[in-house]
Amino acid sequence: MATVDVDLPHVKEEDQHHHGPAKGLGRWLYTTNHKDIGSMYLIFSLCMFMIGGIMALIIRAELFQPGLQLVEPNFFNQMTTMHGLIMVFGAVMPAFVGLANWMIPMQVGAPDMALPRMNNWSFWILPFAFLILLSSLFMPGGAPNFGWTFYAPLSTTYAPESVTFFIFGVHIMGASSIMGAINIIATILNMRAPGMTLLRMPLFVWTWLITAFLLIAVMPVLAGVVTMMLMDIHFGTSFFNAAGGGDPVLFQHVFWFFGHPEVYIMILPAFGIISEIIPTFARKRLFGYASMVYAVASIALLSFVVWAHHMFTVGMPLVGEVFFMFATMLIAVPTGVKVFNWVATMFRGSLTFETPMLFALAFVVLFTIGGFSGLMLAIAPADFQYHDTYFVVAHFHYVLVPGAIFSIMAATYYWLPKWTGHQLNETMGKIHFWLSFVGVNITFFPMHFVGLAGMPRRIPDYALQFADFNSMASVGAFIFGFSQLVFIYNVIQNVRVGEKATAQVWEGAQGLEWTVPSPAPYHTFSTPPKVD
Amino acid sequence: MTEQNEKQTKRLVVRLATAAIAMFGFGFALVPLYDVFCEITGLNGKNFNQGPAKVSSVDRSRTVKIQFVTVNPASMPWEFKPNERSIRVFPGQDRQTAFYARNPTAHWMVAQAVPSVTPSEAAPYLHKVNCFCFDRQPLEAGADIEMPLLFVVDPKLPEHISTITLSYALYDLTEKQNVTHTIPNKNKGQVTL
Amino acid sequence: MTKAITLAISLIAAPASADWQINMNQGVTALSREIFDLHMLIFWICVVIGVAVFGVMFYSIFKFRKSKGAVAEHWHENTTVEVVWTVIPSIILIAMAIPATATLMDMYDTSEADVEIQVTGHQWKWRYQYLDEDIDFFSNLATSRQEITNEAAKNPNYLLEVDNPLVIPANKKVRFLITANDVIHSWWVPHFAVKKDAIPGFINESWVKVEEPGVYRGQCTELCGKDHGFMPIVVEVKSEADYQQWVSDQRAMKLAMAGEASKEFSMNELVAKGEGVYNTACAGCHQPNGQGIPGAFPAITGSTIATGAIDTHVDIIINGKSGTAMQAFREQLSAVDIAAVVTYQRNALGNSVGDLVQPNTIKN
Repeated sequence: MATVDVDLPHVKEEDQHHHGPAKGLGRWLYTTNHKDIGSMYLIFSLCMFMIGGIMALIIRAELFQPGLQLVEPNFFNQMTTMHGLIMVFGAVMPAFVGLANWMIPMQVGAPDMALPRMNNWSFWILPFAFLILLSSLFMPGGAPNFGWTFYAPLSTTYAPESVTFFIFGVHIMGASSIMGAINIIATILNMRAPGMTLLRMPLFVWTWLITAFLLIAVMPVLAGVVTMMLMDIHFGTSFFNAAGGGDPVLFQHVFWFFGHPEVYIMILPAFGIISEIIPTFARKRLFGYASMVYAVASIALLSFVVWAHHMFTVGMPLVGEVFFMFATMLIAVPTGVKVFNWVATMFRGSLTFETPMLFALAFVVLFTIGGFSGLMLAIAPADFQYHDTYFVVAHFHYVLVPGAIFSIMAATYYWLPKWTGHQLNETMGKIHFWLSFVGVNITFFPMHFVGLAGMPRRIPDYALQFADFNSMASVGAFIFGFSQLVFIYNVIQNVRVGEKATAQVWEGAQGLEWTVPSPAPYHTFSTPPKVD
Repeated sequence: MTEQNEKQTKRLVVRLATAAIAMFGFGFALVPLYDVFCEITGLNGKNFNQGPAKVSSVDRSRTVKIQFVTVNPASMPWEFKPNERSIRVFPGQDRQTAFYARNPTAHWMVAQAVPSVTPSEAAPYLHKVNCFCFDRQPLEAGADIEMPLLFVVDPKLPEHISTITLSYALYDLTEKQNVTHTIPNKNKGQVTL
Repeated sequence: MTKAITLAISLIAAPASADWQINMNQGVTALSREIFDLHMLIFWICVVIGVAVFGVMFYSIFKFRKSKGAVAEHWHENTTVEVVWTVIPSIILIAMAIPATATLMDMYDTSEADVEIQVTGHQWKWRYQYLDEDIDFFSNLATSRQEITNEAAKNPNYLLEVDNPLVIPANKKVRFLITANDVIHSWWVPHFAVKKDAIPGFINESWVKVEEPGVYRGQCTELCGKDHGFMPIVVEVKSEADYQQWVSDQRAMKLAMAGEASKEFSMNELVAKGEGVYNTACAGCHQPNGQGIPGAFPAITGSTIATGAIDTHVDIIINGKSGTAMQAFREQLSAVDIAAVVTYQRNALGNSVGDLVQPNTIKN
């Protein structure tokens, strides 16, 4: 990222030709303001994170000890399914879109998103998608119970009736994501301030640009696969039904063609956030900016040719196994480059450890651990032992919880003073961080052990040999879950009270967003800043 | 936003939306693409070789064990089994065998056998000249039938493959018999009743 | 916080018979050991890389603190370094890929097998058919309902025990032909390093050659519905002689069962026998009390079938009901079992029709 030197024509602009926000509920319903929409996305995702989290705690409570104590197996399956769907589509993705809404216009010096009315739509259809999905919990036969990967024919011929609502919900979320992605691309490509060349854009903007292209490429494929399911269930086709000439394995190929890029959709913006935070608190420019961009782009491209590594046990020919193993291992190279660059940024910097930095550092360490287990999973012959065990659960929770979720928390703490105008309460932030850090590791680290020892995933009850580590994981989950109340308290307090934040907020922060006052005015950069 | 900028944005949005729609289509295009891919590689043990075989010579230097297994998936109540569990053939040699099916229920039914081959690597070399799985099989209540299979193994079968298993899953299509297939027809010899 | 930790410690110490296994099973076949070694190799490579990367990172964290007066330097790129840390990981990856590919090729060995067994996944049990021996049986979870609902103490093999284990000979190549009846399942025995998806309509294969006799346990590893966690796999590996003995015992048992089917049974005998059959074959869906699960599985209590014409009742159990989860039990249950379970359902679980059916009238 280039050092940004701007003149500030926007300070007075407010009283010239813009009004503040409308009052009351109408403000939120009809708003086309990127900051309002960004806030709504973030609040929505926080609500979903809590709902998905409660489901996770139900799962962990049932798994606290062997035997069935709290829930029936069928309800347990509904919980694992809904937990996955809500966390992926309801918590992580909307949170990143919310951050993009808030920060991308401010980081590229644009007055708003390129398509503000569509922006309003892409948010407001989202709550309905999840209302539909959640309402299925109260339908006869219960909510979807076939896992978030919804493999056919368990999700077609053998599904509860609510599957149709699930499909409808997925269509709406897909539409929302695609609209959001189009908007983000249009903003980044067409709305940048003069002088903000592509290779001067902050990494968060870069990672989101690439993520948005991934979304446009794969969300329609997800829509396609659920449409095929819908046709199989209601219109007598046989895409996935062997009886009519279809193939259940085809489902997995199409699903993972979406699913693997989807995994990167949930981690690339996190890379961007971390690449913003570490330089700020190291007071040193990001090491290897260009190679960071290339690394993200190559991870995105590779994500299209590795999907079948989720299917090593499905009975592929040897050549297929070897190809997907090699392609998957290759992803370790650009991912490694990113980690090395972050470490090199810290090397010979001048480090301080405010809350956002603590989350960023935890991200680097724990995401790398998740990356290592990912590399192990890529080794096809060994995957026959890991596949569909808790080792996989440990792996993807390491990249998603202390990966994606920690990056979102880091981003929130990092930009919160800019949004609310109040300096962060560092003590509370640190309490939240340490509780989360300890909780996450107690929860997910033992899962590696039980997985290797032979515990399959998605089971409501388990053999006695897995008991110790499972109760440990459950304790960790409750620590992690309840520590999020500290986070919510923190955020609410920060909105209400707190020491007045400066425009700069963090000593080492660079970028256009730090040139506007805190809190950021309702309209920023109505006249584009000049970036030299 | 300037006017020129707005035009640019519009063009971009149209392009991106078109891309999204195209990718939706691509999702569906994956279905026939997958079949082509399976046909070439034998992926998932799908077996497409049907009709008259063009095999020139019989390779008498080795034999291959052809093994037959049957599965009655879902709630298929028919009795269904191969007359011969396994046979040894020379690659290139035509061989006829048969499967037995009986409908023990009190009503007329229609079934369709779905073939699958393992190891999948062998699938492209197992050639079905004539197979009961090309057609749907109706059976009156209590009736039974011997269903023929004429096959030949391509002499180009890799040396390291010594056993080929041909499995048939017999599906009940009684209720679906009027439904025509909307996806590209793989069972070329299939007769819609 | 301290409270939580003490609580955690006391709770962790609670379950009596658990162990602290933290690594993969080495297994009992040449292949499983090869995979274990590969797993450990990759693990140690990751550890070494991790120590190096985190080492530099923590060194930076301790050394270059602003509070210690560190001043940030200005460099922010170095092509040589960046090329080096792209090339070195690539070389390491190639070094990993070579042994991995070799192991993979060993797994795909297609040489002829000595024993061939068709393994079919059902919701929620396994069926084993010995292709050359005319042996065919279902393998159901044997753990009692009371243990699962915490009304009885759990035995050491809790959830990993079955009524009819798969029996295979030691030192012979056993080939498994794996498929499924309804949804996708996955057949996994960790000690064999064999895991293969069972896909309805399609067939997969895998093989094993176990050196030492013993009992090895595994589970279904693909979510297959409600009782996915309750369909274990138990494999008894016997010496060649013991295996042959077992095969002939199975044949004798089959004859004995055929004889049993022509006997006349009393109502009490049938109901008593039927209860056992019901709990193994029916209770998973229709529930032990016969109430079913509304919206998913119908109740037996008061059902029009279980209280209606007995022939229809027998027919639906033998032939199943297409388009539903109700399976055809023709191949799963003997004539005696079917007669018993029909009689049980009609005269227990809150039903009292009063009639019974004899095994000899049930024609498959």
